[in-house]
Amino acid sequence: MKYVDELRDGATARRLAAAIAAEADPDRGYRFMEFCGGHTHAVFRYGVPDLLPPNVHLIHGPGCPVCVLPVGRVDAAIELARRPEVILCTYGDLLRVPGSRRSSLLRARAEGADVRMVYSPADSLRIAREHPDREVVFFAIGFETTTPPTAVVVRRAEAEGLANFSVVSNHVLTPPAMAHLLDSPELDGPAAPSLDGFIGPSHVSTIIGSAPYEPFAREHGRPVVIAGFEPLDVMQAIRMLIRQVNAGRAEVENEYTRAVTRVGNRKAQELVSAVFAVRESFEWRGMGSVPGSGLEVRPEYAHLDAERRFGVAVGQPRENRACICPSVLRGAARPTECTLFGTTCTPDHPMGSCMVSSEGACAAHYAYGRTRERAEA
Amino acid sequence: MSGKPDLEAGRVELAHGGGGRAMTRLIEELFAAAFDNRWLAAGDDAAAFPAPAGRMVMATDSHVVTPLFFPGGDIGSLAVHGTVNDVAMGGGRPLYLAAGFVLEEGFPLADLRRIVGSMAAASREAEVPVVAGDTKVVERGKADGVYISTTGVGVVPEGVAVGGARARPGDRVLVSGTLGDHGVAILSAREDLGFGTELQSDSAPLHGLVATMLEAAPGVRCLRDPTRGGLAAALHELARHSGVGMRIREADLPVREEVRGACEILGLDPLNVANEGKLVAVCPPDAAPALLAAMGGHPLGRAAAEIGKVTADERGFVEMETAFGGTRLVDWLYGEQLPRIC
Repeated sequence: MKYVDELRDGATARRLAAAIAAEADPDRGYRFMEFCGGHTHAVFRYGVPDLLPPNVHLIHGPGCPVCVLPVGRVDAAIELARRPEVILCTYGDLLRVPGSRRSSLLRARAEGADVRMVYSPADSLRIAREHPDREVVFFAIGFETTTPPTAVVVRRAEAEGLANFSVVSNHVLTPPAMAHLLDSPELDGPAAPSLDGFIGPSHVSTIIGSAPYEPFAREHGRPVVIAGFEPLDVMQAIRMLIRQVNAGRAEVENEYTRAVTRVGNRKAQELVSAVFAVRESFEWRGMGSVPGSGLEVRPEYAHLDAERRFGVAVGQPRENRACICPSVLRGAARPTECTLFGTTCTPDHPMGSCMVSSEGACAAHYAYGRTRERAEA
Repeated sequence: MSGKPDLEAGRVELAHGGGGRAMTRLIEELFAAAFDNRWLAAGDDAAAFPAPAGRMVMATDSHVVTPLFFPGGDIGSLAVHGTVNDVAMGGGRPLYLAAGFVLEEGFPLADLRRIVGSMAAASREAEVPVVAGDTKVVERGKADGVYISTTGVGVVPEGVAVGGARARPGDRVLVSGTLGDHGVAILSAREDLGFGTELQSDSAPLHGLVATMLEAAPGVRCLRDPTRGGLAAALHELARHSGVGMRIREADLPVREEVRGACEILGLDPLNVANEGKLVAVCPPDAAPALLAAMGGHPLGRAAAEIGKVTADERGFVEMETAFGGTRLVDWLYGEQLPRIC
């Protein structure tokens, strides 16, 4: 595949690996967090850790929209779906995420709830047009990448005067979450090994640009290198991070210049601002309430906001105590440190959200990495 | 209705499954006419045929596919190929098929005729006649147009011992051709995904290829058609049954450019995508060159490739050396493959 194979070339990878090994200082360790689940997936899928020196560690971050959705919101989705008048539309991965008491949207569907898997928000709009007698709710999740398409359907529903369509916004924002992570005592406390830098999100950055990370890098003294999802992108970003660390710099650099600019996609940003407002705070699974990290539907579109329309209440359910998804999401624990990993909790029967999505750290470890983990153990 | 069914503009009615004249006329005018053989013409409930020498092999498969018609085939031809191939993967020469139809009330008879016609053509091409059948009609809304179950019987020649538990460490793993063609062709035909491709399903009967293979390398240990779940599932099944591991090489996997591209866009892995005209074979290392040559000389094995080997790993791990230079686990598919969110 033109333009893709070049970014997966084994010979180039070996040269890059040699360069990384030469530049990494053997007397210190490097801990870089790949914030995005897409990077976690690529790292495992292509066996990137095999090509890194032993003192360069990749820490998996919380950048998977399915993984960070708190159980209370999964429960709220299930409750909405159980209303007889509602058709609940959402992305496929979310259907399997466990809610309280081992429920899930998939289980609710088997019990009679009308839950539809959609590939894009536009599909849910079509379903609303086809079922004027039902309430069609799009349960929206995702980072900055998936927010513009949700904004588009809100605007279109408004323009068409669709009275039976609404949206639950679970859209979340990357930069506040990155900042919040460094406040975690597990990661940055005196006893914890510090993070040395971030591999910044790729698709997210095509929308917001690289500029929003600049204050973060400055204030927290951590370099950020925005990288594409191809394995050579990830390796090049690691090399760039090592160089910054070695030089004592903490700047935002852009490895993904073929898609990301400093300012991003202004049109998409304007669209999102017109439809969504930043919430005071939003609950993330594993990270608690993160200030300024979520988006809600603006009051002028209140009639299209399912949270207001149906009085959606988000509870604080008790999570499975043995599940360490919260620590995994903060990068404070490895999936294999969880007693449930690979035994009670597998992709077939996920106990925690990180095992559900293919971009979740536990699922990626389970699918691609556990041979190595066990060999090392 | 009790007259001749209108195969141009008519639709399936509950009476077509009611056991009365309407059903009999539909069977005579459509099914018996299309499959056209002496067993069906006899009109008995069961087909009688001589039992050949050797071990009998039997397989059954139910076919539920959306859409019913797709590039390179339809549910009718698929129902023949699927079961013929299951019999062939047991090392058997398929002899006869039986078919059960579940029809949804309101289904256009013209579409049914097209499906049955395609099924009859596939059965003739494979030289495996449909000698017994059954038809049921369910109310509108209780099925998805047409479901077809097929059962096949065949005979395993003397000296052939193929089985999923026979793989041994050191054995070679081969595939008969490009992976994922069927699954991607089906996806491309689904309205809600809407991406165009010239790709055709690889749906095909494999018993001829299997006969050629067994002649060239009688010591073939395992055969498996990587249908649902794709190559990954087939390798896991063999690894599990044999108590071994597998190690394959990504660079040696035959995958069409269109399939790679479609999988890339949808966030799918070609290793998990279904095939309907491909097989996986495991053989002792010294038999691999002859087997590969024999496969390459058959029209359905032109793109055959040796893709890896069997390892001594009682945990049953299937690993892949990536083209990138690393190693990763190839896992089963969980639930259904879902396009990624971002």
